Amino acid sequence: MNLNELTIKTASAGLRKKEFSAVELTEACLAKIKKRNKTLNAFITVAEDEALADATAADKKINNNSNLLAGIPFGVKDAICVAGMRATGAAKILDNYTAPYEATVIKKIRSAGGIIIGKNNCDAFGHGASNENSMYGPVRNPVDETKVAGGSSGGSAAAVADHECIYAVAEDTGGSIRQPASFCGVAGLRPSYGRNSRYGIMPMASSLDTVGPMAKTVEDLALIMEVIAGHDPKDATTVTDAVPAYTEELEKSVKGMTVGVPVEYFNVKGIDPEVEKIIDAKIDALKKLGCKIVSVSLPHTKYAIAAYYILVPSEDSSNLGRLDGVRYGVRAKTKNLFDLYAESRAAGFPEEVKRRILIGTYALSAGYYDAYYKKAQKVRTLIKRDFDEVFKKVDALITPTSPFPAFGLGEKAGDPLALYLSDIFVSPAAVAGVPALSVPAGVTKAGLPVGAQLIGPRMGESVILRLGHHLEINQ
Amino acid sequence: MISLEEVKKIARLARIKLTPAEERRHAATMTAVLDYMKILNEVNTDDVEPTAQVTGLSNVMREDIAVPADNKKELMAQMPEVYAGELKVPGVFAEEQL
Repeated sequence: MNLNELTIKTASAGLRKKEFSAVELTEACLAKIKKRNKTLNAFITVAEDEALADATAADKKINNNSNLLAGIPFGVKDAICVAGMRATGAAKILDNYTAPYEATVIKKIRSAGGIIIGKNNCDAFGHGASNENSMYGPVRNPVDETKVAGGSSGGSAAAVADHECIYAVAEDTGGSIRQPASFCGVAGLRPSYGRNSRYGIMPMASSLDTVGPMAKTVEDLALIMEVIAGHDPKDATTVTDAVPAYTEELEKSVKGMTVGVPVEYFNVKGIDPEVEKIIDAKIDALKKLGCKIVSVSLPHTKYAIAAYYILVPSEDSSNLGRLDGVRYGVRAKTKNLFDLYAESRAAGFPEEVKRRILIGTYALSAGYYDAYYKKAQKVRTLIKRDFDEVFKKVDALITPTSPFPAFGLGEKAGDPLALYLSDIFVSPAAVAGVPALSVPAGVTKAGLPVGAQLIGPRMGESVILRLGHHLEINQ
Repeated sequence: MISLEEVKKIARLARIKLTPAEERRHAATMTAVLDYMKILNEVNTDDVEPTAQVTGLSNVMREDIAVPADNKKELMAQMPEVYAGELKVPGVFAEEQL
């Protein structure tokens, strides 16, 4: 096995036993990136020199007491700031931007000895479900290069699946970790809103944005969460709840747990029957592991996309106001201030970012606020209430992550509404702020990966990681 | 139905210069997206409070103590134009087409 194909667990064991060095592990990942980046386009920036310097330093320090992330190379979504490193967010308005500060989650991993290998491609500012909205080109799916990698964290998913890094840190506002994880066949966790710090993340929709891990196994996700989770004074929306020992929780039995199967996530229009079959097999697997399976209902599910795509563009349009060519980023050469704003933004944003800003500006404008934004906020209350009610009866929910496997590049590019609707199973948990995990569940006849989504109650990451882990080790 | 005039007005409010072709495309896709949003009208929300955030936290306070920020050099390095150690911008009160 090549070193870059290891997991965090196996790579860190090898590093401790001095079977190989962090430099060798990093070189193996860099070699894979060099070989594949022209085709897959999973990285916008490769930090070769920095990574090798960090690996050399890590090799001198690693011992049996080191954190398991020490010496392990990982990718960072380009919408997350790493001090001194270019951060474009996949939009040309930040083409020349070097982050002057560091996201808290990244600082935590670096303190643990982690090695940043580069910045992953994504849909610009997280706007998309196919990674075709990057101004640095789309990401191809390593399993089938004619297919999309999913989005918005498509570069992170492709890089992990292709073994270009051992794991990745990405961002999920409405499915951006889970859907690409499902499309590329890796594990990805959207934590509860408030569990991980958002400080240093380019904001998209501030009331829904979360930062989470993507990895080759659920066990690795738990390891990463133990390092990155927790309160941050720099993000007032983080909770002060103690961070559980996720890796210990994984080992506990799932026998006797109650798992709900929401009727609204099955037999819906547009769902691929092969996907349903694969998820059904996982429901059976949970039954065999001793879980009690019950049918449940989340009656407002079908309104989640509409609420989501009002709330998110509204918050987007406000957050992206800061990108105007004035204080940083690429500034258009103009004579007056209005043109400076309007032309810098015209050249620096891709079509989808402009669309989100326009929809958001419209929804928040005088005369429409109550009809759109306030209405969506009220429906949000009902969606959240659905989850509150169902988690009185069950420990977790199981659903497909996506109604279909990875689709062809360009297939949905001209139809934004079709692309929005592909978020049908991932947006409800985001609107409610509850954690959700995508775990590889199988492949279609054409060989495309399918993910199962496990949704838990707020701060219930332990529960879904445990279920995901047991599904994974009992294939 | 979002008209071309509405797209132009919103683009102006949002400070994004659009080409005529972009205006037509956005009018069409915004119309489709906003039409879809009408399904929310099926939901009775008469006695429902809006949700702005899901943490349950309120009035999160911190000590009012100044903390030194030592990255002025890095921040200045990101500025598109600098004149005499200050950020340079076009005149705010110069002929602005508002």
